[in-house]
Amino acid sequence: MTRVLIPSQLTAYTDGATRVEAEGGTIAAVLDDLDRRFPGLKFRVIDEQDRVRPHMKLFVGQDRAHDIRAALAGHEELMIFGALSGG
Amino acid sequence: MTQAVQLLVGTRKGAWIYRSDPQRRRWSVDGPHFLGNIVNHLVLDPRDGRTLLMAAKTGHLGPTIFRSTDGGASWTEAARPPAFPKADDPANARAVGHTFWLEPGHASQPGVWWAGSSPPGLFRSEDGGATWDGVDGFNAHPRYWDWCPPGESTPDGALLNQIVIDPRDAAHMYLATSTAGVFETLDAGATWVPLNKNVEANFMPDPYPEFGQDAHFIALAPTNPDRLWQQNHCGIYRLDRPSDTWDRIGKAMPEEIGDIGFTIVPHPRDDATAWVFPMDGTTVWPRTSPGGRPAVYRTRDAGQSWERQDGGLPDTQAWFTVKRQAFCADRADPLGLYLGTTGGELWMSDDEGAGWRQIATHLPEIYSVVATPL
Repeated sequence: MTRVLIPSQLTAYTDGATRVEAEGGTIAAVLDDLDRRFPGLKFRVIDEQDRVRPHMKLFVGQDRAHDIRAALAGHEELMIFGALSGG
Repeated sequence: MTQAVQLLVGTRKGAWIYRSDPQRRRWSVDGPHFLGNIVNHLVLDPRDGRTLLMAAKTGHLGPTIFRSTDGGASWTEAARPPAFPKADDPANARAVGHTFWLEPGHASQPGVWWAGSSPPGLFRSEDGGATWDGVDGFNAHPRYWDWCPPGESTPDGALLNQIVIDPRDAAHMYLATSTAGVFETLDAGATWVPLNKNVEANFMPDPYPEFGQDAHFIALAPTNPDRLWQQNHCGIYRLDRPSDTWDRIGKAMPEEIGDIGFTIVPHPRDDATAWVFPMDGTTVWPRTSPGGRPAVYRTRDAGQSWERQDGGLPDTQAWFTVKRQAFCADRADPLGLYLGTTGGELWMSDDEGAGWRQIATHLPEIYSVVATPL
């Protein structure tokens, strides 16, 4: 299981939870698992071309992830943030 | 005879619903709904009188559609919001930035909705807005990239900003874009052809091209669906079908005001009457009320002449404007007109535009106002 940090922008989907767990061997698979449990969440973060939306950021551990096809070791934490993009 | 009216107000920071008494003198407020969301359009389904669809996104989160069947008391999210197909080259492919326009389908097609997006895309739902599919007749048209070049952008992104359905024929529709002007289909969206003859595009090498115009807003005259009104980036136009040549009726506007604006509102019972809200399109395009003195202008002779109506509106130092979807009429008698400003003010007139009064102030920037019977 991967621990996932949920930003405030998405807690409406997770019934207020800021930390959840999800299964999957890649970021995409984890997001798909999240979307099954919290319908609609993935599309708010990832566009229809599987790109991270411009004002969202994903980190695996300390490393910024740009490609959701990246593998997860399973013990890492996926962090989803609303990007600080001015204003 | 008047009747109670409901105003559906979409803003840059959420949605509000205002409900009037039968005289439209007192208004109650319901909101905010989805505070902090960018709400481009909030629309009631006239076929059932209770389903609301909302086009929303936030500064961070991607675009979606929310749906209510209880007047906004509760909302569910579309299971499959408008989205382009996944492309072979995803790095350079289209993704819906926001849904801009929501259009209930023809009266004969309950459950059908249409949506227009930025970048320009046409989408259709057959289940009341729960799931959406792209309309290939436009989105995959061989000339799509000529009509909607990548990188072309109004300040909030290039738009398929409007869909209009002929009440006599569900297969006959028009759409408006900010990059290629107006299009028409006779086969329910399978094929589209430009409809821009004699419409100026003064920012193009050929100022009267087949396409390339910026059609800010189009509307059918409700009592005469052969008459189209258009507020274009370059002026005010009228088209009487079957002609395909638009008439620049804005030339009759006062020269110091000009005929640039975002929107046009036809009278629901008189096909010769319409209102516009002019804005300053000179020099660097301030897009403010000309001279800081907001006014609507009305024609009652199909655009041969225009009269200024500014009773009750500020007479100095008022620099707001009214965006594409933020000026509308109800269908009550006497007619009610409503406009929402970029300064977050909601105004109404119940004497066909002569006098105006405020319903609300201090709202966020207003993007859309839709009036429906309550």
